[in-house]
Amino acid sequence: MIRVQREDFDAGAELNGFCAANGKVGGVACFVGLVRDYVGHDPTAGETVRAMTLEHYPGMTERQLAAIEAEARGRWPLEDCLIIHRHGRLEPGDRIVLVLTASAHREAAFQACQFLIDWLKTKAPFWKLEETSDGGQWVEARSSDDELAARWAKDGNR
Amino acid sequence: MKLLYFAWLRSKVGMGEETVAPPAEVRDVSSLIAWLKERGPGHAAAFADLSVVRVAVNQDYAGLDHPVRAGDEVAFFPPVTGG
Repeated sequence: MIRVQREDFDAGAELNGFCAANGKVGGVACFVGLVRDYVGHDPTAGETVRAMTLEHYPGMTERQLAAIEAEARGRWPLEDCLIIHRHGRLEPGDRIVLVLTASAHREAAFQACQFLIDWLKTKAPFWKLEETSDGGQWVEARSSDDELAARWAKDGNR
Repeated sequence: MKLLYFAWLRSKVGMGEETVAPPAEVRDVSSLIAWLKERGPGHAAAFADLSVVRVAVNQDYAGLDHPVRAGDEVAFFPPVTGG
């Protein structure tokens, strides 16, 4: 299931409700992405981020996320799958994204969860505008994210 | 044809969307971009470096050789940074 929303989500409540009535589920993997409070990769050198605005492409976002979910379901025996991605203005510590995967066994749940966030980061049409004391700056895509996504294309199920 | 611009492309072009009727020789993404660059300095700046521009035609990623026709929704944006 895909949800693209401005509102916050309750990761604990989502996790508790996920597959609650499905006796075939033996494990649930969870990833929560948060807004960091610094620019770049080095927390000591980077400038402080006051807030971040996530822009997206309504329609294409849902379409791409659904395609990514379908790809995961084709690769792993998932009982269920949930992606929640927020947009709008967020502050450091705020939740951005939730990925939940449920399967009979942990390996499929862990791998599918990692696959989903890796692919989402390079395929779902979202863009981050960071607010610092200098004003606003669009975050540039990272080649390391492309490499993390590409490993799934090369290896399939790893 | 409906065109959409996101993130810094929107800032450079100066608008989030526009409806255009390109001439018949505009048949693919590449020729559409070449035509758009002539529309003004904002468009020219947005498309100055195509290595940082991604394209979607009707909400699917598309290459420069992807055909475009009247009624299509064509979006231009930088590499994505969600998650």
